[in-house]
Amino acid sequence: MADTVGEITPAGEDPSRRDFIHVATLAAAVGAVGSVVWPLVNQMNPSGDMLAMASLEFDLSKVADGSEVTIKWRGKPVFIRKRTAVEIAQAKADDNADLKDPAKDADRHKPGKAEWLILIGSCTHLGCVPTFGGGDWGGWFCPCHGSHYDTAGRIRKGPAPTNLALPEYAFLSDTKVKIG
Amino acid sequence: MSGHSTYEPKTGFTRWLDSRLPIIRLGYDSFVDYPTPKNLNYWYTFGGILSLCLITQIVTGLILAMHYVPHVDHAFNSVEHIMRDVNHGWLIRYVHANGASMFLFAVYMHMFRGLYYGSYKAPREVLWILGCVIYLLMMATAFMGYVLPWGQMSFHGAVVITNLLGAFPVVGESITTWLWGGFAVDNPTLNRFFSLHFLMPFMIAGVVILHVWALHVSGQNNPTGIDPKSKEDTVPFTPYATVKDGFAMVLFLILFSVFVFFQPNALGHADNYIPANPLVTPAHIVPEWYFLPFYAILRAVPDKLGGALLMFGAIGVLFILPWLDTSKVRSLRYRPTARVFFFLFVLTCLILGWCGGELPDKMVFQVGSTSAGDPIGLNFVWLSRIASAYYFAYFLIVMPVLGLIETPDAVPDSITASILDHSAEKKGLAHAG
Repeated sequence: MADTVGEITPAGEDPSRRDFIHVATLAAAVGAVGSVVWPLVNQMNPSGDMLAMASLEFDLSKVADGSEVTIKWRGKPVFIRKRTAVEIAQAKADDNADLKDPAKDADRHKPGKAEWLILIGSCTHLGCVPTFGGGDWGGWFCPCHGSHYDTAGRIRKGPAPTNLALPEYAFLSDTKVKIG
Repeated sequence: MSGHSTYEPKTGFTRWLDSRLPIIRLGYDSFVDYPTPKNLNYWYTFGGILSLCLITQIVTGLILAMHYVPHVDHAFNSVEHIMRDVNHGWLIRYVHANGASMFLFAVYMHMFRGLYYGSYKAPREVLWILGCVIYLLMMATAFMGYVLPWGQMSFHGAVVITNLLGAFPVVGESITTWLWGGFAVDNPTLNRFFSLHFLMPFMIAGVVILHVWALHVSGQNNPTGIDPKSKEDTVPFTPYATVKDGFAMVLFLILFSVFVFFQPNALGHADNYIPANPLVTPAHIVPEWYFLPFYAILRAVPDKLGGALLMFGAIGVLFILPWLDTSKVRSLRYRPTARVFFFLFVLTCLILGWCGGELPDKMVFQVGSTSAGDPIGLNFVWLSRIASAYYFAYFLIVMPVLGLIETPDAVPDSITASILDHSAEKKGLAHAG
């Protein structure tokens, strides 16, 4: 095989021309395979209608002091909690405690709306839904692997790496909030 | 495969076929005339049992797919429809659901057998690795199948397991979003899990063919770990292995039937008869029994990524096992020290399974209390840490080191010699064996 290749290469011709054809063919093949594979992979990403269900409005007048409403947003639970003065004080007092994911209570709610704590209700460990009232810090407790969150939704103990996430939201009026 | 083929087509049609597609010859050489070591014990029957399990799961699964609806609004009800309305649907679904447990039970027996008799050692490394690939595919299939009834355990199990992949830095979140097809486990997730759950058994069947092929190249291992040296050491597959495998299958089917007909939900969780609710997680969420040891390893680590890595590592370490064992002797029958460590390993796996099913902070035993009232003693998270440490130490320390320093017992010259020695011993010491 090697002999015949040597014979059909005309003497004096630049061998890099053949190399170029090989490299170009390979590059074209890789590009072609890639452009076929990508749609097959990307079809699994969120579809257009899934992305369109982005926002939701909620009437806050339904939530009593010291209670919590869980709503579904983007398939995930969102906690809307109206905190009592005790809970707010507790959260503020712990601002400088030894926190795994340091955050001030003031950064966990909208300015001047300390009573409204709006959180994504999935444990940042493996996504279970924590329940309020359990745990050692008066906040949430995750039943799956024992993560404890305080009254500002900050991680205090357990395997979860970060605080309960804050969704994107805005107050449309004093009693209406838009999530997403 | 085993050298010279002794198949002789007898009719005109089989002669005609044999010269065009020698498929009858392949079957004859593989399952009739194939020489098997004559000392194979009942631990060697799980391979056949596993084939039976795979066929059972594929047949029942195919039927269930005719009645099941992979949609969040209908999945739970369609399973209830199968249970209540479809003719014999209850039977087919219970066989499929319990069949998964039986399948995993048999595969664990098969793997412990391989570990004990050194079946992973040269020249069977590829055979062992193919087995590990089958095991991985089985776990993925079992997990996705468990999600399909869309009960509370299905849903939150899916949430926890898919979130494990989110533990990887940088790409974790993109991977989970891609896997879910959204921002949480939802309809797209259920739909694709159904599709993959349907596909994977056929992938398993494909790898099983490679597994059997590799087995027939190297030949079966046997309880002595010595290669057959003469024709005297082997017997033909049929009738010897087929009858023995068949008898073991009957025993296995009796156990299977006990579950299907008398305790069909004993291995499941009551919470899975509650339709999935993304807003409430069940108070006590545990995986199916066959995942409990790995779940315990996951929870033993207080760090999210570390826990996920260690859990995957617990399976990953099996792949490199052939190169971790430095012993020249295959079978633990002739390695008394290694045997002790092996049984400790089996015990460790059971302990990990126990830990996986209990709450981490629960006490295994308590010796007292602190002044604040906190219990002093051993809790399940610490027990699972100790057990996880031994799990890895067995593969990474015991196996490489022990093979170099231990003195194994004398290994018999041949399979036949081992049997003759054994029966001679028996004559001298009645009922000692």
